[in-house]
Amino acid sequence: METPTILKNNESKKKPIRITGSEAVVRCLIAEGVKTIYGYPGGAIMPVYDELFKFENQIHHVLTRHEQGATHAAQGYARISGKVGVAIATSGPGATNLITGIADAQIDSTPMVCITGQVSSSLLGSDAFQETDIVGISTPVTKWNCQVTRAEDIPEAIAKAFYIAKSGRPGPVLVDITKDAQFSEFDFSYEKCIAVRSYKPVPKTNIDKVKEAAELINNAKKPFIIWGQGVILGQAEQELKEVIEKSGIPAAWTILGASAIPTSHPLNVGMLGMHGNYAPNKLTNECDVLIAIGMRFDDRVTGSLTTYAKQAKVVHFEIDSAEIDKNVKADVAVLGDAKISLQLLLPLVDKKSHNSWLQEFKDLYEIEYNKVIKPDIHPTKEGVTMGEVIKEINIQTKGEAAIVTDVGQHQMVACRYADFNVSKSNITSGGLGTMGFGLPAAIGAKMAAPEREVVSISGDGGYQMTIQELGTIFQQKVAVKVVVLNNDFLGMVRQWQQLFFDRRYASTEMTNPDFVKIAEGYYIKAKRVTKREELTAAVEEMIASKDPYFLEVCVEKEDNVFPMVPSGASISDIRLE
Amino acid sequence: MKNQKQLFTVSIYTENNIGLLNRVSAIFQRRHINVESINTSPSEIIGVSRFTIVVYMTEEDIKKIIGQIEKQVEVIKAYYHTEENTIYQISGLFKIKSDLLFEDRQIQNIIKESNARIVTVNKEFFVLEKSGRKEELQDLYDKLNEFGIMQYTRSGRIAVTKDELKISTMLQEAFNN
Repeated sequence: METPTILKNNESKKKPIRITGSEAVVRCLIAEGVKTIYGYPGGAIMPVYDELFKFENQIHHVLTRHEQGATHAAQGYARISGKVGVAIATSGPGATNLITGIADAQIDSTPMVCITGQVSSSLLGSDAFQETDIVGISTPVTKWNCQVTRAEDIPEAIAKAFYIAKSGRPGPVLVDITKDAQFSEFDFSYEKCIAVRSYKPVPKTNIDKVKEAAELINNAKKPFIIWGQGVILGQAEQELKEVIEKSGIPAAWTILGASAIPTSHPLNVGMLGMHGNYAPNKLTNECDVLIAIGMRFDDRVTGSLTTYAKQAKVVHFEIDSAEIDKNVKADVAVLGDAKISLQLLLPLVDKKSHNSWLQEFKDLYEIEYNKVIKPDIHPTKEGVTMGEVIKEINIQTKGEAAIVTDVGQHQMVACRYADFNVSKSNITSGGLGTMGFGLPAAIGAKMAAPEREVVSISGDGGYQMTIQELGTIFQQKVAVKVVVLNNDFLGMVRQWQQLFFDRRYASTEMTNPDFVKIAEGYYIKAKRVTKREELTAAVEEMIASKDPYFLEVCVEKEDNVFPMVPSGASISDIRLE
Repeated sequence: MKNQKQLFTVSIYTENNIGLLNRVSAIFQRRHINVESINTSPSEIIGVSRFTIVVYMTEEDIKKIIGQIEKQVEVIKAYYHTEENTIYQISGLFKIKSDLLFEDRQIQNIIKESNARIVTVNKEFFVLEKSGRKEELQDLYDKLNEFGIMQYTRSGRIAVTKDELKISTMLQEAFNN
């Protein structure tokens, strides 16, 4: 390790023990408090698996059916618990199969440590069997990565990996360990990492900036708060709620910020973005002060930047200085941890209510309700809608289940119509939009929070991208509830083809297998619903089940998700049909 | 001015780390930016490296790129400077047939006037070294090229800033906090 790093030994200077690098890997994980890891064995990581076998009482290794599944499971684990998820794989294809999950964790700021085996250091660069330059490949999609070629460097590399993954704005890291480093012996002791010289994860909140922010907020006639996942990652849910309630400011959320404040809260005005609610999108362009908290102005939220909130002064609370002015120019930028910054802000904001401003949100909600929401969740047409299924599941789980979604129409519908009462209840692939994320992520979520009801909701397309993880559910007896909303289409792409490509449905219609039989093939209880009148009972049976359960709901084939901000359009031009 | 492309010199102070060059260059690549020149070397602080990168882009974009570079774990600090704020040099090497040196008086004059230095001379060839700004090297190249150049190469830019950068104090603070 070339980088000056501060390590701290919690257990007063233990005597080093002489062990192999591979045993050190497992002991490091145990020392970091890891209880569950996800992975897939193979040649270059076999020494570590041999140690996992010996330590199976202390660390639970979950064999997924594909390395991508291991990363998504680790992500689900991290997202519901706030802890670092761990995935492990062999070199070559094992390592490259991790990349999608790593990229997903990078863009969604999910703390994850990936450990990969590598060919022996003498073979590096020689095109050896199952050799890939995984450090090179993963560089653009990791927060940090490194290759270890000597056993004695393993503890510091893993200590740094956990520290970097979790601190500041979290993210994925990868540690690549050559096979000879796993085999060779050294004197092991473990010290946790508490600082890296060149890395300042949390900027100290500048109180003067908070005061400037408070002044803008207090003088605003139509202030509007938009929050993102930074609130959840920073455990600032309560602080946000207090600021909102004291200031009386309407607040909306990005998809990854969902559930930080209960959906039913009177000042929660809904979801932002392309398929978000009508009012928060429209009124972003009407507010006079826009207060962004722990969000990064993703293009799915802003639509065209040239017409985004141009009338408003922008206050940006953010932990990552690279996000300031990246997409939207901030008039006041408050760098720092959301929890601390909001604690400092709270006493400085005036107690107020903004009733007529809030009424504008309510009026627009009425329009959206009549035009879109009502026909979605109380349909009068024959076919089952995605909205009514989500609503049924949500009501029966009292808004307390963690909903893990895949990517596409069902995802937008779930975020729109599920009422969340508990934080960390919406686990989904936001930034990368990874189809296939849902099922394995739900496995990780359920294992991290076995006391919670975890419902995986996928479309028929994304489900089949990681369907093999049913094997993991079966083998591990993970009591996750798996719902597939089947419209025999790649629905979201089909919707775009209908709206923007003159209904040319290029490669979006799917001829699907019998999903019930497939689930039953894995000995998972399964049911298919095709009619509305069967829905309530089927959901009841699913929720009542103590075991994993699969429910397929055949929904209307060509329903669309509205409202919609067409790609590249202004959020003011949000369409209701 | 903000949206007009211009040359910027980027100085990055980093830990000495395998793979960091890849990480930094990937940030330019993502935005489809061609790096004009790049140089890495030790800096004034023991154990700390300094990257000097020259790019042609807008100030608005370079600011964002600096943010993304600084975000890398092993980057201590990154700066961008305009041409006016830096003192910079590049270096060029010219390999030329020795016959020309003795046969053509004019070459001797060119060498003298350009303040180029003769690094080595043998029977077959001699090597000239010239440091300066890009235009000065180009000028020398054009003059020598009339007689024939066997080999020519030019280094990336190295630069120091007119302003103080205070890296040492920054490193002290980082470890004390």
